Parts: sequence; C-alpha cells; structure tokens
Amino acid sequence: MLNIPAWQRLIIITLCLGGIYLAFPNLFYSTVEKHNDAVLLIERGQVSEIEVSEDLDGWPTWLPSYLVNLGLDLRGGAHLLAEVQLSEVYADRIDAWWPRIRDELRKNRNIVGSIRRQQSPPDQLHIRIENSEAIGQAVKIVEELASPIVNIANIASRDIQVSSQDDILIIELSEEEKSATDNRTMEQSLEIIRRRVDEVGTREPIIQRQGANRIIIQVPGIGSANELKALIGTTARLTFHHVVRTTSSRSSNNSGLEITYPSIENPDLYYTLERTAVVSGDELTDAQPDFDENGRPAVSFRFNPTGARKFGDYTAENIGLPFAIVLDEEVISAPVIRSHIPGGSGIITGSFTVEESTNLAVLLRAGALPAEMIFLEERTVGPDLGQDSIDAGKIACIIALMAVMVFMALSYGLFGIFANIALTINLFLIFGVLSALGATLTLPGIAGIVLTIGMAVDANVLVFERIREELKSSKGPSRAIELGYEKALSAIIDANLTTLIVAIILFTLGSGPVRGFSVTLGIGIITSVFTAIFVTRLLIIFWFSKSRPRKLEV
Amino acid sequence: MRLKLIPSETNLDFFKYSKYTLWGSLGAMGLSIVLLLVVGLNFGIDFQGGTVIRTQSTITVDVGEYRDRVSGLGLGDISITEVFDPTFADDQNVALVRIKVQSGDEAVTKETLELVQNALKGVDPNMQFPLVESVGPKVSGELIQKAVLAVLAAILLVLIYIWFRFEWQFSLGAVAALVHDVILTLGIFSIFQIKFDLAIIAALLTIVGYSLNDTVVVFDRVRENLRKFKKRKLIDVMNLSINGTLSRTVMTSVTTLLALITLIIFGGDVIRGFVFAMTWGVVVGTYSSVFIAGLILYKLGVKRDWSKNEDVEATKFTSKRN
Repeated sequence: MLNIPAWQRLIIITLCLGGIYLAFPNLFYSTVEKHNDAVLLIERGQVSEIEVSEDLDGWPTWLPSYLVNLGLDLRGGAHLLAEVQLSEVYADRIDAWWPRIRDELRKNRNIVGSIRRQQSPPDQLHIRIENSEAIGQAVKIVEELASPIVNIANIASRDIQVSSQDDILIIELSEEEKSATDNRTMEQSLEIIRRRVDEVGTREPIIQRQGANRIIIQVPGIGSANELKALIGTTARLTFHHVVRTTSSRSSNNSGLEITYPSIENPDLYYTLERTAVVSGDELTDAQPDFDENGRPAVSFRFNPTGARKFGDYTAENIGLPFAIVLDEEVISAPVIRSHIPGGSGIITGSFTVEESTNLAVLLRAGALPAEMIFLEERTVGPDLGQDSIDAGKIACIIALMAVMVFMALSYGLFGIFANIALTINLFLIFGVLSALGATLTLPGIAGIVLTIGMAVDANVLVFERIREELKSSKGPSRAIELGYEKALSAIIDANLTTLIVAIILFTLGSGPVRGFSVTLGIGIITSVFTAIFVTRLLIIFWFSKSRPRKLEV
Repeated sequence: MRLKLIPSETNLDFFKYSKYTLWGSLGAMGLSIVLLLVVGLNFGIDFQGGTVIRTQSTITVDVGEYRDRVSGLGLGDISITEVFDPTFADDQNVALVRIKVQSGDEAVTKETLELVQNALKGVDPNMQFPLVESVGPKVSGELIQKAVLAVLAAILLVLIYIWFRFEWQFSLGAVAALVHDVILTLGIFSIFQIKFDLAIIAALLTIVGYSLNDTVVVFDRVRENLRKFKKRKLIDVMNLSINGTLSRTVMTSVTTLLALITLIIFGGDVIRGFVFAMTWGVVVGTYSSVFIAGLILYKLGVKRDWSKNEDVEATKFTSKRN
C-alpha cells in the first residue's frame, strides 16, 4: 500500500501539474481575456496586429490561455427564454397551396362546378364546390397534388391532408408535414437569432434550442433584456408595396386584395396598399447604415438579381407614383419614384436615429424571423452587480480556505498540512477542468466551490481518523497508514458516489445557475476524491520514506 | 499538541435518550408540516411568476415613498423590501420591488417595465436597476414540477443505491433521515419567510447529498463492525460505530460550516438564502445521520450474518495491493 509504482506516481504528478497549468491563466483573468479577444479579432480579420498589440502582448502566446466562462450573473448581461409561435407558419404554408389547388379544380370544372374559398381557421383551407355530389372526386383531385414526405419511419405520409364536410373541401397540413415545418421553423429562427446577435459582436453568446418550441438566448455584456428583445424579437419582414391611396383612418373598406397599414412617422396617416408585395426583404443581399442627401441617417440596400429585376421593372413603370416601404406591418416611408432604378439598390429614409438605422440594417441583413416569439422569462444583470458578486465570492473563497487550512493543521499537524496542500491542488484542478471544458461559472457555482473546500477535506479526515484508530491498536506507523487508507476507502467511495448522484440529477433537471452549481459540485467531488486518495498518499509516502519515523502522531 | 474537538476515546450511548430525540424530531417535522400548510413558503418569482426589480440609489430607501410612486400604476399588489448587507458601501441603498404576473404567458412587457422604472426614478433620477428578473406563469409552473421531480428523483436513486450497497434497512434509515432534513429545512424557510426559489432547490439537493454522505460513513462502519463482532448486541455495535466515526463527523461538519459561515458573512445578499439553507442542512444532516438514520436502523433490526458477502465485498471495495 505504501508503495505506489513509479508509473502511477508519474500519472498523479502529471495530472496535478496539468491542472495547475490549465488553471493558472484564471489568476490573470482580465489580461488573458484581453489577449484572447485580440487574437479572436485578428482571426476574424477585423483589426491588424499593430492596433491591438498592447492587449496581445499582455499575455505570452506560448502560455495556456484557457479561461473559465463567467455566467451572466457574474459578468452581467441578459437572458431570455423565447417561445416560437410555430403554428403561425402553418397559415402561411397552407395559404400558399391555394393558387395550385384553385387552378387544378378549375381544370376539372366539368366535374366539380365552380369553386369558392370560404372563411376558415387560419391553418386550414376551406373550399366550397358547386356540385356537392362530386365532393369525393374533388377530394381525390386535390389529394393527387400532395407529395410524399421522405420519412424513414412512415413512408406513406403526405404533406397535406384532405377531407370534406358536405360541399366543403377541407385542406390542412398533415401531422408529419407540421412537425417537419416546426423543425425548419426552429432551425431558421435559431440561425437568424444567431446572425443578429453575432452582428452586434458580443462575447460568447449562448443561443440554444430547448424542447420543441423554445430558445434560450444569453448575451453577456448587453445592457438589458429589452435591448436584446429589440434586437432579436422583431420579425423584420420588409416588403415594398404599390400604394393605392392614403387615408386618415384604419377602417377603410378594403377588398381582399388590399391592406391598410399605419405610417410610422405620422400617427394620423394610413396607407392602403396592394396586398401582393412588389418585392420583399427575402431578396435583399445587403443592407448598410447610411445617410441620405440631407445627412439624415438612412439604410441603403441591394437586391439579388431576381429582386433587382422586379424592382427595376416596377420603378420603370411607375415613375411619379409613391411606393411604400413596409416593415412589420408599418409603413416606414412612401417615397415617390423619381426615375427608373435599374441596379437593384436603393435607400430607405425615414426619421431614424443613427442607432436605429444601424439596427435596421442588421435586421435586414440577417433576414426575417419565420414566426413571432413570445418571451416567457427574462433576466438582466448589471455588470457592477456581477463584479460585486465576483469580489464577494473571491473573499469568501480565500477566507474559507484559510479557516479550513488552519483548522486542519491544528487538528492533524503535519498530516493536516499534507491535506492542505492537496486542498490547494484540488482548487487548481477544479478551475483547470472548468477552463478546459469551457464550463460556465455562476454565483451558485462559486458557492459550490466554497462548499467543496469545506467538504473536500472529508476524505482526508476519514483516512486520518482511521490511521489514528489503527495506531491505537499499536500497529507500526507504516502498517497503520496502510490500513487507514484501505479501510477508509469504501466509506469514501460510497459517500462521494451518493453526492455525485445528486450532482448529476441537478445537472439533468436544473437550468442556468443551478446547472452551474451542479457542474462545480460534481467536478469538485471527483477532484477532491482524487487529491485525497492519491495526492496526500503520495505526499505521505515521500515524507515517510525520507524520515522513517518510529512513532507516528496524526 | 493537537486541537481535539472530540476526546480520542468516546463511549457515549446514543440511544439512551432515543425516546426524546425521536419525539423531538417527529414533533419538529409535524410543526414544519403544519407551518407549510398554514403559513406556506415565500415563493420567489421562479415558482410563482412575476417580476423583481433590484434598485440601487445613493439616497436612503424610504419604502413608503417607493410604494407611493408605484401604487398608482394599476399593476396590482406591489411588494417593496429594503435589502441590508454588510458588503454594501455606505451610499449603496438597495431595495427589491416585486410585481405580480400581469397577463398571458409572457414575462414582463417592455412597457410595464419602463412604467415602473420611470416611476421609481421619480424618487432618485440616478437610480440604477442592476437586476431585473421576470418569469412568466407558464415557465414558473414547469419549474415547480421540475423541482419537485428533482428532489423525488434524488431521494429515490439514493434509496436504490444504498439498498444495493447495503441492505433495505439501511436504505430506509438513510431515506428517513433525508426526508427529515428536507422537511425541517422547508419548515425553517416557512418560519422566517425566506425567499424560496430555484437556487433553494439546489441547496435542498445538496443537503440531501451531504446528509447522505454522513449517514453512509456511519453505516459503512456499522457494516464493518457487524462483521467483526458477530456476537455482540446490535445496540452495542451501533454505539461503537457511531462513537468510532464521531470524531470524523464533527471534523467534517466543522470544516464545512466554517466555509459556509464565511459565505454567509462575505458572500453578498444575492446568495444568502441559498447558503443559509445549506448551513441549516449541514446541522440537521449531521444530527439526523446519527439520531434518525441510526435509530431507524436499530429499530428495524438488521441481518447479522455478513460472512457470506464478505469475500465478494472485500474484492470489490478494498483497494488492490500492488
């Protein structure tokens, strides 16, 4: 027992040194962080090395630069839990079927007679046919249009489902198509949010899907959850419409082909527009903040080739007429077309501030969100409060460490000092593992570390108490140490495995700060068992083989 | 010379007053349950939904004035509490303003938040809002479910693990101790009306882990002594085991409490409730591993012949000799 083979010693020492190597950049957190930011900016090609040389040189490149991520509650920033309104998309999708189905049914006018679209729930299409006795055939005709969904589990599934009630055809998306649509909507939303957040260039944002229809968004360093909402929450659907007339009230009599939107600039002004957009924001390739000829903030944009052609044709045919630029059901502006615009680029003017024009450009570039989002949970932490928490955590950590160390040394003498060395190594190991995993440290996480300081010595206490007992039955020092480790092992393993079970449950079921706590608790348990069993034993063996004491006092 | 909290040789009879400790514990648990039913817990927004705004100002907090500013906004019942903490600077005056859930599934709207913040700025135009948290009713409902599930899952898994490693009597003893600790912790949160939020659930589970740690160490020794002293009475074996591990139990409790008390004093007000729950848990957890888990094990009785298992156990759980 007192002989650890050389290769095992080597592994133990290597692990300890590795932990210290990975952990020590955290002692110089802000310097290393500046260095890492500078490296990242250079990689992205946003700055040259000379511009950031001061930050870059603050930390030598050959040293490790892993850092523990600080959670929002320590760094400050905003957290949002958004729910994507998935069913909104069904309406658009089913609506898109109408022209095809209409054309197909008209071709079969001799069978079904004339057809008419009816009022219906938004995710269904209701069509009344003249010859109600032909409803069965009508169902078949429409079913012919459906295409199979490629699906390993159920090959027979199709994208739409057709049923009938009296003389009305009811068409809706099939369950399989709905779930496929849901997945696409979620992926698209995630991608767009990611792009919008990245455009602002904050550090390490977290954008994660949670469950079927939710997205977690955490952005460190942003001022408030409202700012974050403004950035990601806007659907940013940009369309260009033909203006039919302007009115002073919302409730004008529109035919189905027209819509009325308010003006963003003038609360008493409403525009009645053609429902079908001339061209939409989907066809934008670029948008940049800019200034108009009067020096007011504006957004310049460029269309892709098809968008440019539509835009060019329209402007050529409608010189002298106003056309409306609509963002999320509001008319930003309705400039008069002065000349044919062939190149597919243009400028949106309105009463913007510089900040607003920058934001709008970001939103337009990233694309429109496929569906609206509702925010179920939000948290904003100011940076000062985060710093206060870090400072408090640091002080608590240091004082707790000192108190426990003094207590251990007083209780166990030299062996207590061995345990203290192991405890210090344990702290380095925790930070090393956290840094290497890129785990996030939260305020409860710090509490977890402080708790670990208190509990980590437990395994050593178990061993030392056992050695004391063995010494009482007057065995030699070497034998007592050996038996002490051997007999305490099962208690150590059982006691720590049960706590590890708890940490794992916390990790699986918890979220946010609680998860951060479970990570430090779990890592702390593993490292403390390692240091208590192996590191202190190695220290004791080194000491024992040097001094060969006749009598042992623990 | 060593610092010794416990004399190296103790021979206490831990079951001498078992009548009193058992009734004491049962009484405390009963009281806790009554408190939970009558007074209830002071649920935070994690479990109840709503919005909390932390305000910070250089002007001394006047709760009455804050209330006057926000009461006319038509947002229902608004609670305002001042926060005191030794880590605050002299001109750091902090209060928590809590608003009920407004409508729908959503968290607080931008408009509501701005309304409240602007009203509060009437007190001090330079007032800051370093923390704003808002949870919609849909999420808070799910969080309650998840939290209850987490605690139950922890207890169940532990029950299974100990059953596996020991015997069912040990398992029941350990779980009785856990339930005791959790109920007493809920009770103390009810008495002092400390805010009960998601972090407290984490604390509860840590208490479960800690209390178990303690119980397992005692049980491990009981098992060992049962093998060693096959003829002695169970009560003697139990006492011997608890006395044998007493020094360790006290040492570990003291080091853990040292760390936790440091956190209570220096850790700031944000996690004070969380740390308080853990501190309390360490105290009751240490007590329960001896007086609840031990007692139940004693009352249930236990298989005395461990010799059959011995070979298996010895190969499985003693370290290899090289």
